Amino acid sequence: MNKIWLIIHREFLNRVHKKSFLVATILVPLIFPAIIALLVFVSKESEKNAQKEVIHYIDESGVFIPDSSKYIYKNFNGTLEDAKKAFLASDDFGLLYIPGFELSKPEGIMLYTKINPSLDDVGNLEGALAGRVKDLKMQRMNIDQKLLDSLKTNISIKTVKLSESGQEKSSNSAILFGIGMAGGILMYMFIFIYGAQIMQGIIEEKTSKVVEVIVSSVKPFQLMMGKIIGLASVGLLQFLIWIILMSTLTFGVLGYFGIDPPQQQAMQQMSGEMAAQQDMMNSEFMNGFNEVLQLPWMFIVSVFLFYFLGGYLIYGALFAAVGSAVDSPAEAQQFMFPITIPMLISYMSLFMFILKDPHGAVSVWLSIIPFTSPIAMMGRIGFGVPTWQLVLSMILLIGGFILTTWVAGRIYRVGILMSGTKVNYKVLTKWFMQRN
Amino acid sequence: MDALVTREVTKRYTNHTALDQVSITIPEQTIFGLLGPNGAGKTTLIRIINQIINKDEGEVLLFGEKLNPNHVGLIGYLPEERGLYKKLKVGEQLLYLARLKGLKRADALTRIKVWLEKFDIKDWANKKVEDLSKGMAQKVQFISTVMHEPRLIILDEPFSGFDPVNAKLITEEILDLKKKGCTIIFSTHRMETVEDLCDHIALINKSKKILEGSKKQVKDQFRNNTFSIDHKGFFSLNNGHYELLKQEAREDNHFNSLVKMKSVGSPNELLRDLIQLTEVNGFQEKIPTMSEIFITLVKGQSHE
Repeated sequence: MNKIWLIIHREFLNRVHKKSFLVATILVPLIFPAIIALLVFVSKESEKNAQKEVIHYIDESGVFIPDSSKYIYKNFNGTLEDAKKAFLASDDFGLLYIPGFELSKPEGIMLYTKINPSLDDVGNLEGALAGRVKDLKMQRMNIDQKLLDSLKTNISIKTVKLSESGQEKSSNSAILFGIGMAGGILMYMFIFIYGAQIMQGIIEEKTSKVVEVIVSSVKPFQLMMGKIIGLASVGLLQFLIWIILMSTLTFGVLGYFGIDPPQQQAMQQMSGEMAAQQDMMNSEFMNGFNEVLQLPWMFIVSVFLFYFLGGYLIYGALFAAVGSAVDSPAEAQQFMFPITIPMLISYMSLFMFILKDPHGAVSVWLSIIPFTSPIAMMGRIGFGVPTWQLVLSMILLIGGFILTTWVAGRIYRVGILMSGTKVNYKVLTKWFMQRN
Repeated sequence: MDALVTREVTKRYTNHTALDQVSITIPEQTIFGLLGPNGAGKTTLIRIINQIINKDEGEVLLFGEKLNPNHVGLIGYLPEERGLYKKLKVGEQLLYLARLKGLKRADALTRIKVWLEKFDIKDWANKKVEDLSKGMAQKVQFISTVMHEPRLIILDEPFSGFDPVNAKLITEEILDLKKKGCTIIFSTHRMETVEDLCDHIALINKSKKILEGSKKQVKDQFRNNTFSIDHKGFFSLNNGHYELLKQEAREDNHFNSLVKMKSVGSPNELLRDLIQLTEVNGFQEKIPTMSEIFITLVKGQSHE
């Protein structure tokens, strides 16, 4: 046990002393919000400053009412041929040709452009025309414009999660979606980055031949576990630093802009009154912000840490086995594939099923099966997961970790002493079966 | 007491037997040569002694005790394929390896200092291993092998990679360690090393031990009553007692002849007979070298 501790200590120091660790640990929490802020800023600015495109139009039907919010429309009186010539001579974006048509059969509408128009542009124009045709049809049915206008309503549903204790919490699906996505992606990155580091470390030990000296002092299994745990502690440290830095930054920035971050507990107690106040404030941003703060952050972070550790240990053991079997990272590729598959499945399912339907059968099962549960559960956790599912998933994760570690340990003990062997799955099986 | 005893140690893999009932006895405070061609099973045996792998059958006794995990600190192992952590500084590296062998931090630091001074490489303590030359790294590796004062030191091809100056330094160090009570196992192909340093040897070929004993015993076993004679004046000697194996002419009517005594007798008898035939300038029993014994045995087996 004492020796495992030495190995953990050594691995930890090796990584933490590296400049790359320092850089990643400090820069990531700064860079990501900065990039997001920059993108938001740039897109807002470009939206504000963007010059509206000019569209020429010939309206033979006489129904088109130009709406100047998105484009500048220029009416052209003349034939289509003349219009085309005039359009080509100009720097403008497009030429819209609306022939006379029956309301029941609007056909023959053309958009001429010099460059391929984006789907958005086509959609915008189609939407505008469809709306206009719809209005005309309604008018024909003697529904007057006032009534039509009053029919147009903007609806945004405010969702409230009712817990068994009767507490009402407003929940915003968009925010939960964001949290699920961020948690899932972060999990995916963490497991891959740290798993790959284990593999790399083991390949290094093997190719530099130092491993034979080490295993004459400690059991191969101790060495493997020491490396895995040592790196896990580096990962946890990095994650904790990120959390601290990011929350400090968030509150720092909020303080700078004069927004008082309300206390989370107080918020939960008086959520009723708060809801009323929120309506008064009627600010989308503040609503969203309060909802973010209202989330059970401690719970989400703890669950993340658990699944990070569990997922990392499962995959870390597999990465260790691969590292022990090969002589170079290039050779490792062939064995990486089966390890990557469940990770990719859960990553893709995150967007295809889990975030869209967090309580669907696929989502539930993916969040219970040990190899996919770390990512899948992070996708679901914000939406609320029944306790039995969480407990079952956690127990299976621990079980999965014990199983993969056992399998990996058996391959590792043989693999690290074999160099220059051509390794395939048959050889791995032989190593696994081999007596010590 | 014997430093190491193996009794009928056997190790099997799926397709072959790496060690087949190998029994050897290594007396304490000797230098023991573990010889054999590549793939004979030497490394397997060494790994079993180091508890890197387990034997399937048999028994290993270290200083009279059954081999167990507590023995790790009693053994120092220099594998044939040397290796250190490239990115680690020499001092950190030695400290880590010493602590894995069970040394306390403070003790380890003192000993590292002593050894670095002894090898005159104190300035390297803060250098990374990747910045050292091969010979320098070898010295560091040697220190890591003996730093925890093991009672049994296993050296696999210890001189490969050393220049003659450093090889001499290491040889002196090894002899010094023996004087202090250490037992040393040499696994090597270099027969001149065996000839110079080893007290005992064992020869392993095709997973089996085929020869073991003190150097003298082994050589006695392979004496074949052949004598090398420098003489002036030609002679011929082929009768019931003697066989002239070879005669080479040198300058000025000098010759060198190899004569084998067919019947067991004293060298004096041969000498007496020779004096009557020629002028004897030199007379020496031809004792086989370790290299010859090695080749004879290994070749003999491969022809079977």
